[in-house]
Amino acid sequence: MDPLTWTGSLGTALNPLFLAASAIFIASTLAYVVASFVSPVPQVRAINETTAIAGNGTTAILGRISLVSLLVIVIFAIIYVMGGIVSPYGAAGIVGEIGERFLPVWIALIITFALSITFKRKLGLYGKLFDSPIGMVGFGLTSFWVFTAIFAGAFDMIITHEALVQESGMKNKVPGTPLRGAAEGEFPHYLLGGDTLARDVFSRMVSGSITVLLIAPAATAFAFMVGITLGLPAGYYSGPALTWRGMASVVFALVHICLSILLFLMHDFLTAAALSVIGWLLLLLMHYVSLDTVLSFIANLVLAFPVILLFFLLVTPEIRSYEMFSVFGKGITFPRAMAAVLFLFPVIFLLVLWQSRYFTQPAKRNLFVGLTVLIGGWLYLGLAWDADPMGRISMDAGVLIVFVSVVFVNAPTVFRIVRGLVLDIKTRDYVAAGQTRGEGPWYIMLWEILPNARGPLIVDFCLRIGYTTILLGTLGFFGLGLSPESPDWGTTINQGRRLLSVYPHPAIAPALSLMSLVLGLNLLADGLREESLRD
Amino acid sequence: MGLFLLRRVGVMLLTALCLTFIVYFMTTLYPNLEKLAKTQGNFRMSDEAVASYLDREGYLEPVVKGYGQWLGVLPGHTFTDEDGTVTGRCIAPGAEAASAPSYCGVLQGDWGWSVTFKDDAGGIIAKRLGLTAWLTLAAFAVMIPVALIIGILAGMREGSRMDRSLSTFAIASSATPEYVSGVIFIAVFAASASPLNAFLADMGWISGRTLLKGSATSAMEDITWANFTLPVATIALYGVGYIARMTRASMAEVMTAQYIRTARLKGVSFGKVVMKHALRNALIAPFTVIMLQFPYLLTGVVITETLFNYKGFGWLLVEAASNNDIQLLLGCSVVAVFVVLVTQLISDIGYVFLNPRIRIS
Repeated sequence: MDPLTWTGSLGTALNPLFLAASAIFIASTLAYVVASFVSPVPQVRAINETTAIAGNGTTAILGRISLVSLLVIVIFAIIYVMGGIVSPYGAAGIVGEIGERFLPVWIALIITFALSITFKRKLGLYGKLFDSPIGMVGFGLTSFWVFTAIFAGAFDMIITHEALVQESGMKNKVPGTPLRGAAEGEFPHYLLGGDTLARDVFSRMVSGSITVLLIAPAATAFAFMVGITLGLPAGYYSGPALTWRGMASVVFALVHICLSILLFLMHDFLTAAALSVIGWLLLLLMHYVSLDTVLSFIANLVLAFPVILLFFLLVTPEIRSYEMFSVFGKGITFPRAMAAVLFLFPVIFLLVLWQSRYFTQPAKRNLFVGLTVLIGGWLYLGLAWDADPMGRISMDAGVLIVFVSVVFVNAPTVFRIVRGLVLDIKTRDYVAAGQTRGEGPWYIMLWEILPNARGPLIVDFCLRIGYTTILLGTLGFFGLGLSPESPDWGTTINQGRRLLSVYPHPAIAPALSLMSLVLGLNLLADGLREESLRD
Repeated sequence: MGLFLLRRVGVMLLTALCLTFIVYFMTTLYPNLEKLAKTQGNFRMSDEAVASYLDREGYLEPVVKGYGQWLGVLPGHTFTDEDGTVTGRCIAPGAEAASAPSYCGVLQGDWGWSVTFKDDAGGIIAKRLGLTAWLTLAAFAVMIPVALIIGILAGMREGSRMDRSLSTFAIASSATPEYVSGVIFIAVFAASASPLNAFLADMGWISGRTLLKGSATSAMEDITWANFTLPVATIALYGVGYIARMTRASMAEVMTAQYIRTARLKGVSFGKVVMKHALRNALIAPFTVIMLQFPYLLTGVVITETLFNYKGFGWLLVEAASNNDIQLLLGCSVVAVFVVLVTQLISDIGYVFLNPRIRIS
């Protein structure tokens, strides 16, 4: 097998044209920005996206040129990719072959877009996304990686070689190098070259998307559950958190007595006594200050903690395996204790959600609560305690600590956003109407306020998945948490950076993937924000 | 204002105490201490040897007591061995035990002893902070003007195509974390294999094999264009997007205000409206954002210094954390937490001062 060039025989004709189009695009865009700054354009508001902004001579022409050349670039890109799909193997070069590997993703994308655009008027906010070009690009990039992760993870499609398999003679080889003595049915090339351990960069990049897209959205969802469950009462209740005669006061005191006993068992006398006294003081304080003050202080505490320091403290192997105490013969490590607390929030959230809505219809309430306890409890036991009675659900210790620390870092910000939204929304008339009707506080928070805060929360959810992806990459970059063989993007960048100035390709592929996913999510969030502000 | 300041400073001190205690607690968990003892002694130390080492160094005391000693509110730990020699936290090696002060914590200006660098932790931190100061200063000098210009240009005509292209750039830059942009920068500008460098070398426009250097180690002594551009650009790029977007939002809001319309209607030129009427009001919000960028900058600095092998504060933090150098790590976290809290305070005070609507009332 011959080595592949980037664009193969297709490139000989197309490459000069493609380069020319790119050069024109860059030059005209820059010139356009400069020109529109220099010459004062009479401001005409665009009525909608399709109506061009009227401008004067040069500026308008420059804008037109940059748009047309961008279109040409996109068309060329499609030709390169299509070329790989229709022509025999190797004729369209690396780009073509990669395009062919991603064929299922292209098909899925085309179907998704066709269906969504056809029915966009019936799809609410999601449909409106297809009115904004930025939103569409963002949605396209994001769903590209989602589909890639699904097809690679569930159907084993796109990947050409196993992510951990090393082939002899492929160490640090440039993109398009043929395998030495490839067996029948084996993919004959390393499309994006080999890394320092002679593994296929392309396959690792694709398998990396599975790890990232499993952890990032789930961790963000958990952070949202924690943030919402704590942010709603913090924003809603304004008086002191506890009253002297209230039940909560007694319950908290009892809980604290139990915790104190645990403290005295675990630690030396002085430490336990000091922590216990601090606890009592806090409890006392909560009779005078609001829940908001206490929770906000804790949130600010976590936010003031430099993220990178927190990661280094939490995710070191020593802390990861250190068993603080044991429950029912099971050693409880730091991450497990944090998971035990953090993973409880989604279950609590759902229970309060059902209880507040359906407590007047016991049959329905019992069904929902029962299902939540059953399924949620099962997942909780499996994920947080690694004690699934059926032995199906569990989480690798490395993934767990990464997951938990990312949730921990994100939750306070979500808390602050939710709290701010609630403070704003609770002054509205429909909340007052609900209170007058005699609706319970949790019903108002969960079924009146939360649905009305959904716009900003959905936008922030998209942004936050991107931020979580960046955090995961940071952890991987410092070699914290996931195993060094893990194909996730951060770890791969960390592996590739040592020989960066000689062999850049093993680090570039995951770096660009990560960037494109985060960019997609940011653009998606921008599109959603624009469309949700419009109505 | 006085009361507000007092409250903020009080909360700030409380936060700093809580955070340093958490760091102290985490770093002195037993497995960490065991690792420390083994890196100091040898890796085949018996459990008894580890325990006796830790006892001599005073790490086995209760957490609260140890924290008090580190802080300087409790007398420092001392240890008398069999032949009566007294060693201790406050007693410098070779000095008389009797003449040593009994309190020596952060409050007394004593930052402890770094076991990795065999030196005074305070001195090391100060030296590394100095190096990082250059890096962050350069990054801010690039980042803030670029971000403000982009934000103002984009926000001045909201919805125009210039706004769209600049906003897209801003979004793209905030989607590029340091470890991504750094890798791409090195691959393009500092790798001999990159087409750009091959082209420049062929044309004889550059003397070496690459345009810029992928390592900033030499910048610690002598900052040059070649060794400092890439780390500075790497840090600046991630921050630019966020500040630019905030400036754009603020500018766009100001441009729809009544007084801008009035100024336009009475015939003031567009340029003058932007420069004289809009700009000053539009820069209040970005000020807060810029101040709040400092904490995020720390993560960026750590990544960039690791990637470019620039031995500043970020590099020190990584070294201290990976060797579990307790005193040094505590010192670093004090600095980090202090930076975060002080910038928050400045941003709050600055916001009040800059915004006449709050200042007057």
